Amino acid sequence: MRRLWTVAGLPIVSILLGLVVGAFVILGSELLLPDHEFSWTLPITAYAALIEGSIGSFGAIVNTLVATVPLVLAGLSVALGFKAGLFNIGAQGQFLMGALGAVAAGVIVADQPPIVAIPVAMAAGMLAGAAWGFIPGILKAVSGAHEVVTTIMLNYIAISILAWAVSGPLKVPGSPSPITNDVGNAAFPIVIGDNGHMGILIALGMVVIVSWLLNRTTLGFEIRTVGANPDAARYAGMRPRTLIVLTMSMCGLLAGLAGTSIVLGVTHSMTSSFGTTVGFDAIAVALLARSNPYGIIFSGLLFGAMRAGATLMQIEAGIAPELIDVIQATILLFLVAAPVLQRVLRLRGVSGGLGATETITRSYGREAVS
Amino acid sequence: MDPLISALYGIPIVGLLFQFGGYLIAILPPVAPILLQSATPLVLAALCGVMCERSGVVNIGIEGMMLTAAFVGWLVGVIVAPMIPADASPIFGATPALLIALVLAVGAAVGVSLLHAWLCISVRADQIISGTIINIAAAGLTAYLYTIVSANSPEGAGNFIAFKPPPAVAELPVVGWLLQMFLNQGPIAMSVLFIVVGFQIWLFRSRWGLRTRAVGEHPRAAETVGIDVIKLRYRNVLYGGILAGLAGAYLSMEATNSFQADMTGGRGFIGLAAMIVGRWTPLGAFGAALLFSSSQALGQVIKFAPPSGDLGSVVGSIPGQFYDALPYIVTIIVLAGFVGRSIPPAADGQPYEREAAT
Repeated sequence: MRRLWTVAGLPIVSILLGLVVGAFVILGSELLLPDHEFSWTLPITAYAALIEGSIGSFGAIVNTLVATVPLVLAGLSVALGFKAGLFNIGAQGQFLMGALGAVAAGVIVADQPPIVAIPVAMAAGMLAGAAWGFIPGILKAVSGAHEVVTTIMLNYIAISILAWAVSGPLKVPGSPSPITNDVGNAAFPIVIGDNGHMGILIALGMVVIVSWLLNRTTLGFEIRTVGANPDAARYAGMRPRTLIVLTMSMCGLLAGLAGTSIVLGVTHSMTSSFGTTVGFDAIAVALLARSNPYGIIFSGLLFGAMRAGATLMQIEAGIAPELIDVIQATILLFLVAAPVLQRVLRLRGVSGGLGATETITRSYGREAVS
Repeated sequence: MDPLISALYGIPIVGLLFQFGGYLIAILPPVAPILLQSATPLVLAALCGVMCERSGVVNIGIEGMMLTAAFVGWLVGVIVAPMIPADASPIFGATPALLIALVLAVGAAVGVSLLHAWLCISVRADQIISGTIINIAAAGLTAYLYTIVSANSPEGAGNFIAFKPPPAVAELPVVGWLLQMFLNQGPIAMSVLFIVVGFQIWLFRSRWGLRTRAVGEHPRAAETVGIDVIKLRYRNVLYGGILAGLAGAYLSMEATNSFQADMTGGRGFIGLAAMIVGRWTPLGAFGAALLFSSSQALGQVIKFAPPSGDLGSVVGSIPGQFYDALPYIVTIIVLAGFVGRSIPPAADGQPYEREAAT
């Protein structure tokens, strides 16, 4: 019990405070609504709908699981980068490219049997994501261009490529609006409820694999060493440049798999408005879990539940789903201000800080490896 | 000469390059004002970066500060304009509502930068994480409030309009288009040049500038000669907030008269790239930002006034999305080419802790 409090105490306090701030934002935004009678209980109505929409029924729980899948996969991508001292702020672009790769291959193999079609489409998605992670990796290794700037630029380039592909080569011929063909047999089979697709199992599997990779393999040890101290890593005979390229590619692969899981598991085709906030939610997921792969299951479930419940919250309380972004950012704010939080609230025995992220700023702007 | 030129034209690529050069020269005068306009938010963002990082604080949250300022400027305009109805004045089309909105927009960005300063300097949190959280929070909060306020499509306060120089100025030979570039602008874009030059002189020729650079390179040494490192860093990050606020206000109050979710579109980050390519100097950042903005302006112009001839058919066959992505592609390529020779302030990104008094 005490150990649980040590690990989870600070995140839980931050989550509660984030929800409190969210309630005040709801109350404040009521003042901006025209023709709206001010109601003190609106936050309670909203949060009740949020909970009901995320865990209130079997269907709601399945919805939460489905919303969690891309968050866990993209969260693993960001967390893996943190372990190597890299800030993969471009999970969003890798996510979009992964989705695009999966839909492009999925349309081609749509008529093959699922045993062939699914692996082919998945591989294409993962490769496309990995390629989009490889670019900032090689740029950093060769020229020292910091990944925070290059991956953000690549996010915007990915949006343009996606818009071009969906309205150009991948568009259904003769369709009035830009939309791709259905992925057909490449779609993930349903394993639970009405829409709980195979991606749930894949996400769980990837958590185990990433955890094993980081903690039980030589490569994982080298990644963690480069993240903790690049100079020591080089002195010990490791090659930081190669590791940076490899790690960024793996980050891209994981984020690409997140995009793949949405295309093959949920939408089955792609429109030009395909775009979610998964890549940025993933940063919150990884930070809240302190980059621990198993912790990401829990933080992914929390934000997945919020995303799943947001729809009902909008219907029943008229609160825009963007409130979730506000709550998420507030939770992170309290986490990053952890030392102050511990002092003010007199929290004892909790481990503070965001873990594994102290090394990010150090490499900023200069050649991190030489 | 003639046979040589016609022979050169015979090589397809060279012929196209010649045509492209001719096209650029032809469009430059009318495009010149757009160049500075698309550069304005990038330059101001880059200057915000220089201001913060010269004193040793990394600021990734410029994007969020700009977004906050853009939203607050628009929102205040929406609220105040009906209260103080006024005709647009002949000077930049300014109204009391617009001026109040501008002040509050910049104030909001300074408020956000105060949060960043507190997290980075006092809490000593990771500076990149702090900036990222500011970006996520600003994007979420502005999008949330915007959906609420825009539900009944309110009237905004309008926007600052460009000063129209007399037509005779534009017809001057050679300098005509340059004057046009700097005079045919709204107040924020026009002031950019003064801010850049003033900041350059201030940073390299004043006591404050010397202290800023000292704190950014070696805070411990600066403290031993009596400079208050903490106070100076706070001050610089807040000044940076003013610049980011102007950049955001430009987007929603001068370039357009409306707000959109994520309307900054990565400009804060392109500004950071301009800062790095410009080697952490105001003039260098201005040059780099002009380079990035010219790719953006070129993309816009090619869509509206495509060239003719062979070049036109080549340009026409490239999908329009390529031109949307052009500024980002150029930024990556230039950044990757320049960054190795660009050295940041030595204490950039390192929190400062006073040594305990003995």
